[in-house]
Amino acid sequence: IARMFLRLLSDIQWRAAHPKWRTMTGSQRSTSTTAEPHPVSLPAQAQVVICGGGIMGTSVAYHLSKMGWKDIVLLEQGRLAAGTTRFCAGIVSTARPVSIELKMAHYSNKLYQQLEQETGVQTGYMKTGSISLAQTQDRLISLKRIASSLNVMGIPCEIISPKKVLQLHPLINIHDLVGAMYMPEDALVSSANVSLALATAASRNGVQIHERTSVSHVTVQKGRVTGVETDRGRIQCEYFVNCAGQWAYELGHSGEEPVHIPLHACEHFYLLTHPLKEPLSSSLPTIVDPDGRIYIRNWQGGILSGGFEKNPKPLFTEGRNQLEIQNLQEDWDHFGPLLSALLRRMPGLETLQIMQLVNCPESFTPDMRCIMGESPTAQGYFVLAGMNSAGISYGGGAGKYLAEWMVNGYPSENVWPLDLKRFGTLQSSRTFLRHRVMEVMPLMCDLKVPRWDFQTGRQLRTSPLYDRLDAQGARWMEKHGFERVKYFVPPGNDLLDLDHSKTFYKPDWFDIVGSEVKCCKEAVCVIDMSSFTKFEISSTGDQALESLQYLFSNDLDVPVGHVVHTGMLNEKGGYENDCSIARLSKRSFFMISPTDQQVHCWAWLKNRLPDDSSLVMEDVTWKYTALNLIGPRAVDVLSELSYAPMTAEHFPSLFCKEMSVGYANGIRVMSITHTGEPGFVLYIPIEYALHVYNEVMNMGQKYGIRNAGYYALRSLRIEKFFAFWGQDLDAFTTPMECGREFQVKLEKGMQFLGQEALLEQKQNGVYKRFTMFILEDHDTDMDLWPWWGEPIFRNGRYVGKTTSSAYSYTLERHVCLGFVHHFDEKTGEELVVTTDFINQGEYEIDIAGQRFQAKAKLYPFSSLFTQRRRKDEVELSGYQRE
Amino acid sequence: FYLTPAQVNSILKANEYSFKVPEFDGKNVSSVLGFDSNQLPANAPIEDRRSAATCLQTRGMLLGVFDGHAGCACAQAVSERLFYYIAVSLLPHETLLEIENAVESGRALLPILQWHKHPNDYFSKEASKLYFNSLRTYWQELIDLNSGETTDVREALINAFKRLDNDISLEAQVGDPNSFLNYLVLRVAFSGATACVAHVDGVDLHIANTGDSRAMLGVQEEDGSWSAVNLSYDHNAQNEHEVERVKMEHPKSEEKSLVKQDRLLGLLMPFRAFGDVKFKWSIELQKRVIESGPDQLNDNEYTKFIPPNYHTPPYLTAEPEVIHHRLRPQDKFLVLATDGLWETMHRQDVARIVGEYLTGVHHQQPIAVGGYKVTLGQMHGLLTERRAKISSVFEDQNAATHLIRHAVGNNEFGTVDHERLSKMLSLPEELARMYRDDITIIVVQFNSHVIGAYQNEE
Repeated sequence: IARMFLRLLSDIQWRAAHPKWRTMTGSQRSTSTTAEPHPVSLPAQAQVVICGGGIMGTSVAYHLSKMGWKDIVLLEQGRLAAGTTRFCAGIVSTARPVSIELKMAHYSNKLYQQLEQETGVQTGYMKTGSISLAQTQDRLISLKRIASSLNVMGIPCEIISPKKVLQLHPLINIHDLVGAMYMPEDALVSSANVSLALATAASRNGVQIHERTSVSHVTVQKGRVTGVETDRGRIQCEYFVNCAGQWAYELGHSGEEPVHIPLHACEHFYLLTHPLKEPLSSSLPTIVDPDGRIYIRNWQGGILSGGFEKNPKPLFTEGRNQLEIQNLQEDWDHFGPLLSALLRRMPGLETLQIMQLVNCPESFTPDMRCIMGESPTAQGYFVLAGMNSAGISYGGGAGKYLAEWMVNGYPSENVWPLDLKRFGTLQSSRTFLRHRVMEVMPLMCDLKVPRWDFQTGRQLRTSPLYDRLDAQGARWMEKHGFERVKYFVPPGNDLLDLDHSKTFYKPDWFDIVGSEVKCCKEAVCVIDMSSFTKFEISSTGDQALESLQYLFSNDLDVPVGHVVHTGMLNEKGGYENDCSIARLSKRSFFMISPTDQQVHCWAWLKNRLPDDSSLVMEDVTWKYTALNLIGPRAVDVLSELSYAPMTAEHFPSLFCKEMSVGYANGIRVMSITHTGEPGFVLYIPIEYALHVYNEVMNMGQKYGIRNAGYYALRSLRIEKFFAFWGQDLDAFTTPMECGREFQVKLEKGMQFLGQEALLEQKQNGVYKRFTMFILEDHDTDMDLWPWWGEPIFRNGRYVGKTTSSAYSYTLERHVCLGFVHHFDEKTGEELVVTTDFINQGEYEIDIAGQRFQAKAKLYPFSSLFTQRRRKDEVELSGYQRE
Repeated sequence: FYLTPAQVNSILKANEYSFKVPEFDGKNVSSVLGFDSNQLPANAPIEDRRSAATCLQTRGMLLGVFDGHAGCACAQAVSERLFYYIAVSLLPHETLLEIENAVESGRALLPILQWHKHPNDYFSKEASKLYFNSLRTYWQELIDLNSGETTDVREALINAFKRLDNDISLEAQVGDPNSFLNYLVLRVAFSGATACVAHVDGVDLHIANTGDSRAMLGVQEEDGSWSAVNLSYDHNAQNEHEVERVKMEHPKSEEKSLVKQDRLLGLLMPFRAFGDVKFKWSIELQKRVIESGPDQLNDNEYTKFIPPNYHTPPYLTAEPEVIHHRLRPQDKFLVLATDGLWETMHRQDVARIVGEYLTGVHHQQPIAVGGYKVTLGQMHGLLTERRAKISSVFEDQNAATHLIRHAVGNNEFGTVDHERLSKMLSLPEELARMYRDDITIIVVQFNSHVIGAYQNEE
């Protein structure tokens, strides 16, 4: 083992400019555990304390110091770059399916490329390129989808034939390949050296680095970070950054106020060999063979090959701590299948001599995306961890975004998919994490088809109607731990078949969802929408109204009983949340927002509402079951059940009233459906849920009522051009950019957050515009279906990407929603997008490399709103979420 | 006629069942890891039964095998009822009161047992009410008796066995107005069953045995080899103490006729059993019950037949012999099996086969490259070989199935011979009973870590 360490570290050039920690680390870098003296004492205070000296911690320190923050202390419990960073395979790969991850990897690559020149530390950077192989047609489709989105970003990338693969890499057996994707810019680095280079640069910029210093916990007062306790004393600080890798979870839980960082380690194995007789060229491209679950790179004339097995071995569930990751047991039997895959891919390597099997734990997260951002409960507590074995690819970009977040208040890109606040306490159970990461790790290589769901860690949060719906054929998906119905399988359908239909083409629930949609249009359907986040905000005086008027863009000073759709905007006018707020009384409001807003929205409001004991905010999500009655006959069902007239004269659109339904009293009925169809949502205290559901189903029988699921809802909302927060809308999208000026009251008599930005946009125009596309020459039965993230072309030029799509059963066409930008043809500069610009273009949508003609529309088809109840409803109901 | 390996497997695996004690995030404190069980019929229908359940109101787990004779009715009844009697015997006074009050006021009952059943292990619906009433009478008496003492497991086991046998006998004497039930209780009483039951609670293992099924502990010696420790004594003619006991219980005049041809009264192989009222009731009682009983009973020559030299009944008891064993870390597993297994295999072989099966992979030393020169191809070959070795062991996912495969298919060299296996399994129904008996096996695996931790605490 020791020999291995030396080999990996042999070429590290230790040229730290900072004299203090040079003496501290010295020239002796053995693995001996004898404690070295700490010649430099810790400072008593600092602006920022970063815990973790791996690629993440050093990258954050590097970027913060570049952005001008100097008073930074980085603490490492062992030695710099000694954890996962040291053992990581050092592949910088940009082929990532999630757009923000792709951007991070792209930036990392560019950063590492010039790092050696900048710091003088050899990083081993070598632009080798990489080839991702496809053994099946489906795999090739998924590669083509990635290639499409890389190409429009200007990142070189090419779909190539097996023959071409052989030209690029002579050792590969290509007989079982159908194609491949070549990325000439991908690179290899020595990850430990990259980390040391970042540390060197940071240190030159004034960052203090202390090794062999453990953080025991972080102190928080009044919701703000105040300091850090270490084994060498206390440091007062304003900001703390948890980059503790696989120990981040434990560190998060060590303080009085726990910070939940859901990640869990798994063992990860890779093989090192001696050089080939004719040593492999160091410029040979890296091979990724996802169908074989392996990657192969050249390494000192031999190869380095590892993979993501089907049966991962989670570890440290009980949180066994240790100073550094000592080399864990090699497990050849476990590695066997990956070795078979390797020899199948490169049969010529049979005679190559083994050097070592490295066991290097990696941390994984519940949704395969990394974790960054600020704690919802402790301001100034930032986190960057859970890299899902792509730490070196993300390191540069992730550090940059986090530094921007700390310095500017928010990163320069939408990072919601990676935001710590997408998780809450509910993803923090060790059992949950252990089970989930065992599913996540193999998924690194599995084919990701549209609409796949996690299978582990399910049935955590359920509606009281779960069993009833399940017995009626419900098929479930999960959002923020909550089980939600996708659709109902009619009795007699082949259930097994249905669950195994994972495809890029037309799925086999097509007709099932079609009939649910039809029922919504013609009769009435019930959808259980209990997962939505529900808050109640009230005050003794006018504080609630005043605060909310400032935090929300629409006018909330409406008569009691009215419902307002409004954005919760940030200073730049972007959507932090999109919600419906009902005014229950003069002084209390009921707020409904998307399911995954539970943590983020709570933190956002908590941090901004005045600290006033007369103002109370309560999360009542768990108190209500929500039933959405959609369809023209909803009004009949409800009036029969309540003995109250429900027609538009008595119960206009966007209205809210407590009434009785069946025997149950106090049911909050709102005339909204989140689809643009007529109907109501009933907010039912949970103990009445079963009763009300039974009453509705019994009474509804004569009106043809049936259960429906979210897929039907989705089809309905997308054909009506309703945007959904988290999918279409994000913190970088303003109401002006998605045609929702009507949900903003710029002149409501008082200031509100984001107002200035919106006024400016109103004056100067917008730089992107939410647009609806109807696919023209797309054959639903034969062609690949759109998903989201497909590039949009206008007159042959790239203008943006789709954000969501669905088949419209009414239009009998696919509908894609997305943003259109206007890039200057010469400079690429972003220009104002006008209505004319949208309307005067020929559009195409690129699905996995194939382009389909599309018609662009800025307004929904008015003919779809057959049951218009009030003239302005079309406009007012322009709000939706999933 | 020849069965393919797949056909052989489907026959062997038809009745297999496995239960793993749920692992509570690594904090599993049960000394039982789980168990595997399986049955291979020779009789049609099979006369063996098995049961397994977790006690919910007290700690511990119950497992048992039951070997029926003269039909399966008695074995079936015992397999359904005995664990309830044991569980009730173990309950503290307050819990009994609580349960009785719940029944009295029509409230929901506390669950007493969590069963771990194969889908083929059924409970008789028709008799459940009758069985419940008898059980309730039992706990009511326990409540009245309230000794105030903590329940001793040995005593509880003995009481439960005796009480159930008594109830079986009483129910047959009283009869039931429902003719189906009436016939059922008579069939239960006139058929018989042996029982071998294990109660595991922490390091305390109790085996209560009645008859000739057997419990055996698999022990791993320090050198890794396997040895067997008997935890029950067979109650049959080969057991001198049993023969002695029977002789003590009857006048000297009967000494010669008591055991003939290694059978009780020349008829019955096990010397202790449930049911079998022909060996327990007086001749008058037998005649009265049979005469007033349904026609089917009257037509049955076996039931009407009174054993020869039948002077001083009862000749048979269901009282178990209880052995207590404190589990040690080297005690790796327990095998409960009906005599069908023990007739064909020596316990030493059973210990070895199960032991090697359970340790399977772990037994192979992990490979380390160290300083040796190994090529990728050599390593691949080595791993493939190891996988093949493991998969031959793991053709069975169930230790009990693995044991049956050996019991039925072993040749003279002690290895499974497919041809022999195929022949034995394709015997026609009427012949099968001549070559082998019903086999029922439960293999309980212990958690050495937990047992070690218990020891350290003390």
